[in-house]
This record gives sequence, structure tokens and C-alpha cells, in this order.
Amino acid sequence: MSLKGRHLIDPNQLSLAELDNIITLGLEIYRNPNHYREICKGKILGTLFYEPSTRTRLSFESAMLRMGGTVLGFSDANTSSAKKGESIADTIRVLDDYADLLVMRHPREGAPLLASQYATVPIVNGGDGGHQHPTQTLTDLITIHHNKGKIENLKVAFCGDLLFGRTVHSLLKTLSRFPNMEFVFISPSELKIPKHLKDEVIKSNNVEIVETTFLEKHMSEIDILYMTRIQKERFFNEEEYVKLKDSYILDLQKLRNAKEDLLIMHPLPRVNEIHPEVDTDTRAKYFEQAKLGVYVRMALMALQLGVIESC
Amino acid sequence: MLEVTSIHKGIVIDHITSGKGLKIFQKLNLDKISSPVVLLMNVSSKTLGKKDVIKIQDEVDLDLTMLGLIDQNITINLISQGEIAEKRQVKLPVKVKGLFECKNPRCITSVDDYAQSEFTLVPNGKIQYRCHYCEELTEYKL
Repeated sequence: MSLKGRHLIDPNQLSLAELDNIITLGLEIYRNPNHYREICKGKILGTLFYEPSTRTRLSFESAMLRMGGTVLGFSDANTSSAKKGESIADTIRVLDDYADLLVMRHPREGAPLLASQYATVPIVNGGDGGHQHPTQTLTDLITIHHNKGKIENLKVAFCGDLLFGRTVHSLLKTLSRFPNMEFVFISPSELKIPKHLKDEVIKSNNVEIVETTFLEKHMSEIDILYMTRIQKERFFNEEEYVKLKDSYILDLQKLRNAKEDLLIMHPLPRVNEIHPEVDTDTRAKYFEQAKLGVYVRMALMALQLGVIESC
Repeated sequence: MLEVTSIHKGIVIDHITSGKGLKIFQKLNLDKISSPVVLLMNVSSKTLGKKDVIKIQDEVDLDLTMLGLIDQNITINLISQGEIAEKRQVKLPVKVKGLFECKNPRCITSVDDYAQSEFTLVPNGKIQYRCHYCEELTEYKL
């Protein structure tokens, strides 16, 4: 099914075939970027960032500019009409006349879904609170595919804030749709994966899971270690954040029993959950992950805008 | 002895668990309608021991979806020409719009008037609903 004109609010809106199509196209653009330099000439991307996110915003902007399109938008709700109390519905009804595709980052969960109900152009969820971040999921999937050559039969460990971490939630739900996946959840007891999500993943796909508070316990068995930041902005209580912020710090010592082809990922930005000494380890792929994110967003937007039908 | 005569046309909400009648009266905003309404509390019942009953005279446009959330014992009798024209058992509604709020403080429905709360029943044996917007589960409590 064509992605032309479609919104992307939740990665589950994409079938496995569509995910494969986006990833394959993303890798094709990554390898031959010059072939795609003009495909979005005349197209405008609107970036509606109601909360700061330099990386995601710039990744989208870079993606559109690399395809010859242009970009407009705001990166701070205080400089937009949201500050004056304008509803999302009204903002969208105006701005979708100004752009061909809109990406929205919003601190409120469900805001991009609301936006999609009033938009005539495709809306991309650029992250809504602790809920979903589908293009980060695409970024993660393309990184896994690029490094492992497949997305199946893998044991994936998620470590850190699994309660509020929307990147984890989106990726977990999507990975669990692939064949023969196993998951290890490593978190402090206060930041465990939400029960409803765990139940959903187990029930829907009969997936094997393990929960632990120890980072090193399953290190020798895992194929992918997905580290996450303990996010200060998700806590209502500063004291609780301070107590938990240094729960896990990955260093070379902790990796001593890990597989040689372990894939270490992180959605970035990192604070101190991965020691800088890990950066030069060949297994650390988080900067490559950020780079591939631009190419997968190029693929997604090209398909949504209909400038490419499929790869 | 208390006596309330039968109605010729209207709605009788029967078999309400004793004590819940007033809540239902409030939830349905029955104090705001112009038709005659009677709330009977602690009436003798063969099946329940005691029950509450609400009788509403005349045709009144009411959203009775919430009754299934409040009390699944309830029977709704639609009265026409002094007789029961239709008898309905209430069920837990699968889809619910606007009847209660999402418990997630970060949900868009808590701040945006355009985002009316909307839920789907989760089939897990509890009265839990998944938010259409943020996907959090909210347990309905009267």
C-alpha cells in the first residue's frame, strides 16, 4: 500500500512490508545520496516543535534540505501562537496550507494524533511526551538492519528509563512484530516497563521477556543493547530524578563478557549513561544511528510526498 | 406506604443497585430536564433485596451508555401506552466518548478542548479503558 498522503503517528500504522520498504529506500539513499538531491524540489516541510529537540528537528530539516526541499516552522512553543493559547486544531488548519508535510513534536501525549484529525497534508509524529516516537523507531530499525543484515532472531536488551522512554515503547512494540525476538528489560524498579505494554507484547506475539535490575546479568547473551537516558523532564519530582539518574553507566568493564558483534545503541542525547571510553569500541553505533536517522527520514518523507512510489 | 403511579410513556431505569440511584440521577443530569422524574431509593426487590428505580415521564433524549459503566444489573424499560414496549439490559460499552477523563496527566485530552476523551474497553475482566490519544489505561470508577 502506498504511503503517499498518509500520516505517521504510531509505528504500528506501518506493515512489516512498508517498514521494509522505508528501510530499504533509506539505505539506498544512504549509499547513493546524489541520486536524490533534487527529488523534493519545490516541497516545503513544516516543523512544529512545541518542545525543544535539536536532534530530531535538525535531522528532519537536514533530510528535507538534502532532497532539495525547503523548511519552515518553529522550535519553541513560546515563539508560536501556542503561547497565546491557540488550539492545535487551529494551528494545523492554518499551517497545513503553508507546507506539504508537517512534523510535530509535542510534550502532550496524543497531540500529533489530534493534529492529524485536522490536517490535509501528512503529519509525522516527531515525539509526543512519553508515548511514541515513530521516526526514532525507523532510525533504530535501519541501524539494526544495516549492522545485522536482518531484523529477526535477535535478543534485544533495553536499559534505563523504560517507564517514560517513548523510544523504547515504540521500538519494542515494533520489534515484537518481527519473528523470533527476545527481550531483556533492565531498569530500576521505579522505571520498569509499563505493565500494559509488557502484557501487550507478550500476549500479541508470544514473545520471551526477562526483567532485571542488573545491567551485566545478560550481557553475554544479547545481540543488541539499547541504552536510554533517565529523562529529567519526565519527572514531576526532582528528588526522585536525582535518586535514579545514575542507575546505569555502561563502560568497557561492563562489556567484557559481551558478544563481539553486540550492537550498542542509544537514541541520544546521552548524559552519562555511556562512558566516553565506549565511543571508540567498534560495537558502539549510536552516532551512526543518528546519521542513518537522516536517511530513513528522507525515505519516509519521499514516500509520503509521493515523489518516490516505492524502492 | 409510598406509592408512585405507573407512567404512560417514558423510561424506567430499574434494578439499580441500592445507593447508586442518586449518582445515576446526577450523571444523567436529570435535575435539568423539564419532564417529571422520580428517584426511588431502597425499594424492595425480589432479586436484589433492595434496589433504586428512576422513572422519567415523556420521551427524553438521554445518553444511557454510561449506565453500563455504573451498574450492569440495570434494566431499562421503555414505556409506551402504559406498557413496557422494550426491555434492555445494559452492557459495558466498548467505545466511550466524553463520559470520563483520561487519568494520564500528560494526555492531550487534559488540556485541549478539541480532544474529547475517547476510550476503547480493554478485554481484561476489569472495567479498564484505553485512551484513543495516549493509550494509557483508565479504570472507570463511579
